[in-house]
Amino acid sequence: MTFWAIQTLNGLSFGMLLFLLAAGLSLIYGLMRILNLAHGSYYIFGAYVALTVIGLTGSFVLSIVGGTLAVIVLGVLMERLFLRFLPPDELPQALLTFGFLLIIGDVSLWIWGGTPQTLPKPEIFEQSVRMGPLIFPSYRLFVLGIGVVIGVALWILQEQTRLGAMVRAAIDDAQIARSTGINVSLLSTGVFAFGAALAAFGGIIGGPLLGVYPGADFEILLLAFVVVIVGGLGSLKGAFFGALLVGLLDNFGKALFPQLAYFTIFAPMAIILAIRPSGLFGAR
Amino acid sequence: MKLAMGRILWIAAGLIALAIIPVALTSYQLGLLTKMLIFALFAMSLNLIMGYAGLPSLGHAAYFGVGSYTVGLLAVKVIDNFWLDFGAGLVAATITAALFGFLALRAQGAYLLMITLALAQVVWGIAFGWRELTGGDDGLPGVPRPAAGLPLSLADGVSFYYFTLLFTLLGTVIMWLVIRSPFGAALIGIRESERRMEVLGYNTWLYKYVAFVISGVLAGLSGNLFVYYNGFVSPAYLSVIFSASALIMVILGGAGTLLGPALGAALIVYLENAISAETERWLTVLGLIYVVVTLFAPNGLIGVFRGRFWTRATWGRAA
Amino acid sequence: MGARGVRALAVERLSHDFGGLRALDQVTLEVAVGERLVILGPNGAGKTTLFNLLTGIYQPTEGRIHLFDRDVTRLAPHRRAGLGLGRTFQITTLFPRLTVLDSVLLAVQGCDRARFALMRPRTAFRHLYERAEKLLGEWGLTERRAAQTRELSYGEQRQLELLLALAAEPRVLLLDEPTAGLSPAETVSVAGMIRRFPRDVTILLIEHDMDVALELAERVTVFHYGRVVAAGTPDEIKRDPKVAEIYLGVDEG
Repeated sequence: MTFWAIQTLNGLSFGMLLFLLAAGLSLIYGLMRILNLAHGSYYIFGAYVALTVIGLTGSFVLSIVGGTLAVIVLGVLMERLFLRFLPPDELPQALLTFGFLLIIGDVSLWIWGGTPQTLPKPEIFEQSVRMGPLIFPSYRLFVLGIGVVIGVALWILQEQTRLGAMVRAAIDDAQIARSTGINVSLLSTGVFAFGAALAAFGGIIGGPLLGVYPGADFEILLLAFVVVIVGGLGSLKGAFFGALLVGLLDNFGKALFPQLAYFTIFAPMAIILAIRPSGLFGAR
Repeated sequence: MKLAMGRILWIAAGLIALAIIPVALTSYQLGLLTKMLIFALFAMSLNLIMGYAGLPSLGHAAYFGVGSYTVGLLAVKVIDNFWLDFGAGLVAATITAALFGFLALRAQGAYLLMITLALAQVVWGIAFGWRELTGGDDGLPGVPRPAAGLPLSLADGVSFYYFTLLFTLLGTVIMWLVIRSPFGAALIGIRESERRMEVLGYNTWLYKYVAFVISGVLAGLSGNLFVYYNGFVSPAYLSVIFSASALIMVILGGAGTLLGPALGAALIVYLENAISAETERWLTVLGLIYVVVTLFAPNGLIGVFRGRFWTRATWGRAA
Repeated sequence: MGARGVRALAVERLSHDFGGLRALDQVTLEVAVGERLVILGPNGAGKTTLFNLLTGIYQPTEGRIHLFDRDVTRLAPHRRAGLGLGRTFQITTLFPRLTVLDSVLLAVQGCDRARFALMRPRTAFRHLYERAEKLLGEWGLTERRAAQTRELSYGEQRQLELLLALAAEPRVLLLDEPTAGLSPAETVSVAGMIRRFPRDVTILLIEHDMDVALELAERVTVFHYGRVVAAGTPDEIKRDPKVAEIYLGVDEG
C-alpha cells in the first residue's frame, strides 16, 4: 500500500514538472505556431543557473529568481533575434531550435561540467509529512501543490482575464487581433518569455528531485512531447492531464518494468493516437 | 528525363574518381571516405521522405540503428554469416519502418516530428535499457568484418571501401529510379499540394507510407554497413542527435536533389572529424551550423551552386 | 447523355456541423447526367462546405451522398475521384514549384495505372505525355508549359486549375467560383471554356457573378445559412422575391 501511495505521489509530482514544461511548449505553439525544441534547454539552463546562485547565496528563493530571469533573457533574445525570421514551417523551426538546444546544452556542459548534480532542498522541506499510516517527503507535496496552483492560475489567466482574452484572440486570428489594437508582436515575445520561464521554474523546483545533468534537456523534452501529443498541442487542460498521466506512467513504468524504458509511455500514446490523432483535448 | 551528355560525363568522372581514389589516400583518409559514403546513403534515404515527399522526421536514426544492432547482435552472439546477418538487418529495418510509418503517418507537421522522435526513442530506450542484450550505454563491441565468401577479406580498408561503395551506389540507383518514376512524381505532387493530389485520384497516404518504408530500408542498409565499418555500435546511433544530424545533412546539401544530401553528409563527417580533433565543443559548432544554415542557406550547397542562395527555400512545402 | 433516371449526383438530408455551428442543414438535391447546375448564395451559405462534403474532404454529420446511384458517403476522396468526380477549388490549389506540364502530367497520371509504377521512368509512359500535350494545346497553355506554376498570372493559374480538373476526365465536375478574382476579359474567357466542356460531363458551379451564373446555368439552386431556399430555372430564380431579398438585403452579392 505504501509502495503504491509513494509511487503515485512521485508520479504526480513528476507530472507537475512535466506540466510546467508542456504548458510552456503548448502555449508557445498555440500562439506562435512554433514548435520550440530548445524548450528542454530552458529547463536545464534554469536549473544550472539556480545551482550557481544557490552556491553563491544559499537562498532557494533567489535561485528561483536568478534561474528564471536568466532563461527569460535567453528566451527573449532567441525569439527577437532568431525565431521571428523563420518561415511558418515546422522543419526550419525544428532545425533552428534544435541548433540552440545543442548549443545551450554543450555550453552548459562546458561551464558546469558533466557530473550530475542535485539542487539542495530548502530546509523547511527536510522533514516528511505524516498522513495516517503513510509518510510522504514534504518536498514532493510542495511540488504537487505548486503545480496545481500554477495550473489553476494559468486557467484563470487564460479564461478570465483580459490578458488571456487577448492571447486567445491572437491565437485565433492574429490579423484581426492586430486590427483591434492588440500588440501581437509584444504579446508574442511576452508569451514566449512566459513559456520559457515556466520551463526554467520547472527545472529549478525539479532540481532537488531529478537533479541536473547533460542530457536532461533531451529527456525532459521528449516527455514533454509525449504529453502534448497525448493531451493535444495548444490545450492547457491537455497539458495538465496529459502531464499527470505521463508522469504516472513513467514513474510506474520505471518502478515496475525498468527494462521496458519508454514502452509504458509509448504504448498508451500510440493507443490514444490511434483513437484521437490530435490528442485527448486537441483541436480537430 | 533523358540524361544530357554533360550530366553523363560528370557522373562517369565521379564514378571513376571514386573507383581509383584509394590509391591516393592514406588508410585513415580512406576510412573517413568510407564513413562519408555510409552517411551519404543515410542522408539520401531521409531525403526521399523529407525532400521529395515533404515529410519531416526526427526519428530516422531508428532504422539505421535497428539495422546496425541486428547485424551486430547476430554477428557477435548468434552466427557470423554475412548473408543471414545482413538480410536480417534489412528485414528488421523494414519491419520497424512499416510499423512506425503506420503509427506516425496519421500525423502531419509538428505532430509528425514529435511522433517520429518518440518512436525512435522507444528503440533507443530498448538499446539503452536492455543491458544484457545490447550492452546498454557501453554499446556492442567486437563486430567482425563480414566473411562474405569472397576471396578477399573485408578486414582491410580498401576492400571494405569497395564493398561500401557498391552498396552505396546500389542504394543511390534505387533512389534515382524511384524519383524519376511516376511514383516519385506523385510524391513530389503530394509535397506540393496533398489536397490537390487526393482530388486527382491519388491515395496519398499509401504513397507516403511506401516512401516511408523504402526510406527506412535504405537507412537500415546504411546502418548495416556502418556496424561492419565501425566494429561497434551504441545507442548514440539511435539518438535524436543522430536523427537531427541526418536532417542537417539533407538541408545543408540541398533537400529535394538526389546527391545534395550526399554532399551534406560528406561535409558534416569531414567537419566533425576536423573539429573534434581541435576542441570538445563539436556539438556547439554543429548547433551553430544548424542555425546558420536554417537562416542563411536553406537551399543548401546545391542551392548555392545553382545561384539560389538567397531564394526563400520552400522547405519541402508549398511556398 | 446518360439514360434518363440515372442521377449523376444526389444528396439526401445532408448536414454538417463545425463544433456548434451547423454549416449545412438537411440539404437534398439531385443533378441529372449532363446537367449544368449553378449554386448561388451569399458568403458562408454553405456552398463550399457542400463541395467539401461531396469530394470527401469532410465527413457529413448526417445524410447520404450518391454518385451515379452509388452511395459514396464513406468513400475516401481519391476513390471518389476514381469514380469520376473532379473539382476545382475556390482558393487556387496547384503545385507551386512544378511546371505547367508537370502539373498536367500528374493530373493525367491520377487516373492511370501508371501511377503505381515504382521503378520505370515516367518518360517510358509516352501516352501520359501525349495526353498532357493534347490538353495543353486544346486549352491554349502550350507556350506556358515550362513555366513554374508560381510564375503564372492569377488568371493563368485559374485556367490551369480548370485544366487539371478536366485532365482526369471527370464525369461530374465541381467548379468552385472559377471566375473569382478575374478581370472581365478573363471571366469571359473562362466562361467560354466552361461552355465548351463536353456535354456528357455534369457540372456543378458555385458562382458569385450573377451574370455568368445565370448565363451558364440550366438550373439554379440557392443556398442561405446552409439550407436550400430556392431551386429552379434561371428565369424562375431571377423572378423569385426570396432570392432578391437575400441578394439585395445583404452587403455582398
